[in-house]
Amino acid sequence: MSQVSVEIPPGYQKVFGRPRALSDAPYTYCPGCHHGIIGRLIAEAIDELGIQGRTVGIAPVGCSVFLYRFYRCDFIQAAHGRACAVATGLKRANPDLIVFSYQGDGDLAAIGTAETVHAAARGENFTVIFVNNQIYGMTGGEMAPTTLPGQRTVTTPQGRDVALTGYPLKISEMLAQLDAPAYITRQSVHDARHVQLARKAILKAFRNQLEGKGFSLVEVLATCPTNFRMPPVEAQKWVTEKAMQFFPLGDLKVRDE
Amino acid sequence: MSRVLMRGNEAIAEAAIRAGLKCYFCYPITPQGELVEYMARELPKRGGVFLQAESEVAAINMVYGAAAAGVRTMTSSSSPGISLKQEGISYLAGSRLPCVIVNMMRGGPGLGNIAPAQGDYFQATKGGGHGDYRLIVLAPSTVPEAAQLVMLAFDLADKYRVPAMILGDGMLGQMMEPVELPPPVDPSSIPEKPWALTGAEGREPNVILSFDLSPQGLREMNRVLQDTYREIERSEVRWEEVETADAEIVLVAYGTMGRIAKTVVERAREEGIKAGLLRPITLWPFPYEPLRELAERVPTILTVELSAGQMWEDVRLAVEGRAKTPFYGELGGVVPTPREILSEVKKHVSS
Repeated sequence: MSQVSVEIPPGYQKVFGRPRALSDAPYTYCPGCHHGIIGRLIAEAIDELGIQGRTVGIAPVGCSVFLYRFYRCDFIQAAHGRACAVATGLKRANPDLIVFSYQGDGDLAAIGTAETVHAAARGENFTVIFVNNQIYGMTGGEMAPTTLPGQRTVTTPQGRDVALTGYPLKISEMLAQLDAPAYITRQSVHDARHVQLARKAILKAFRNQLEGKGFSLVEVLATCPTNFRMPPVEAQKWVTEKAMQFFPLGDLKVRDE
Repeated sequence: MSRVLMRGNEAIAEAAIRAGLKCYFCYPITPQGELVEYMARELPKRGGVFLQAESEVAAINMVYGAAAAGVRTMTSSSSPGISLKQEGISYLAGSRLPCVIVNMMRGGPGLGNIAPAQGDYFQATKGGGHGDYRLIVLAPSTVPEAAQLVMLAFDLADKYRVPAMILGDGMLGQMMEPVELPPPVDPSSIPEKPWALTGAEGREPNVILSFDLSPQGLREMNRVLQDTYREIERSEVRWEEVETADAEIVLVAYGTMGRIAKTVVERAREEGIKAGLLRPITLWPFPYEPLRELAERVPTILTVELSAGQMWEDVRLAVEGRAKTPFYGELGGVVPTPREILSEVKKHVSS
């Protein structure tokens, strides 16, 4: 795709455009999916802080495995769940880099729980964007560690039975108990107001890294209309009526405040 | 050059630091504890990063990150821990990230024991993790050689963008010997890494991946790997031959067994038996050609290993029926004495 340049007429001012940190590559996400919004918020934070030239992103396994295509910055793809260990290696090797990982719930809160918890406990100075849509998207809608009680997935066809598979993992609440993390927060992007709140949270999580404050994680509740088997508008309601009941929004830990 | 008395594990650590190691990630396991301790004590003082990870899985993925950042990086472990690292090693190989992995082998399978063994030969030389890949595998038989090969491992890894493994065992790690340590590498002599993730300021972004969803694309990625492996096979085969010129029987042994086999050859010669030794130094690439040439004129090629016969398969591939290929091995961390091996040699010589 080629960049479209539009000349701004005299007396006019450009107030909205594509973030510079985003490439021209079109997103590969399904209609109604929240990855695109979250991805843009990250790009806006990179632009605002002027850190595009020193940022390294870590793409996970899952629907956002192609994340590296969407940004104009260095990128690496990590094995499933290992992003926080890879980020640790990158940042320790070169502390001048701004490192962020982008991980789903299966990646961060199931197979990568140990890497996540220990990176947080060490207070590693990088930024984690944790997208919690309560389901495995790429593999076809299986139960996630954050799948809600009663929620139907292809591996809980009768709905998640807590007697058999236990309860969802509230990983942000768990991480907030640790001494080292600088910032642990849960946000949502289901409406314009919450998009703005999430934008501020992501910006803060990156600014913390610039200021050397240590581990910052922004959990973002998201939808997966395809695997929820719902139209996008109905999936938005799922966030407010179901997900937010189990995963309340707000800051869980803010150090130095 | 400084000559000091060191354990194998310590010499490996010191040589790695002198090779320009910047980031070392580990998880404790016996019998390579001294390597970890040495790094914890020395590396931070000398400008490097020492980090004890929460698991071997995390440690190898930290190596993945540090290698991507373009620095010399290493991890070390022993057999069960190396099994845990296999996923990360496959990713390192697929992403063409250079690093050094040290395996001080112990008895297996499972938890096994902490005695010296060579049961990880298949894992080290045939892949270990998923996919078509190879590691450069170097097998030191003495402490001084371990120090040399660690320096070489970093150079080869960087040159070919292939992870390199030092395959030792518990005995090599624990043994103390005088070592002439090589001088530290001049950092400016380490090749540039234009592919590294250093921030895309003033250039197009660098991306490090081990995947391509299109079969044609992934085939191309694999072809690059395979072309590199062919080049390594042409250029980097290393081995030592002892008394092979007139030999009627040649032992093939590596690492600790290679050292013991050298003694066996000396004693056999004292008794008038024309024995020789071929000791592979690179287990991959394996010295197929030198062995094939020996098999043209030597009637018996005896493989001696601390395993049930893993390298033996490569020996037979090299010999291809040109000579008899008996095997003598020990299991479970039992190390045969030169006398036991010598009596095995005597079974196979006519006189």
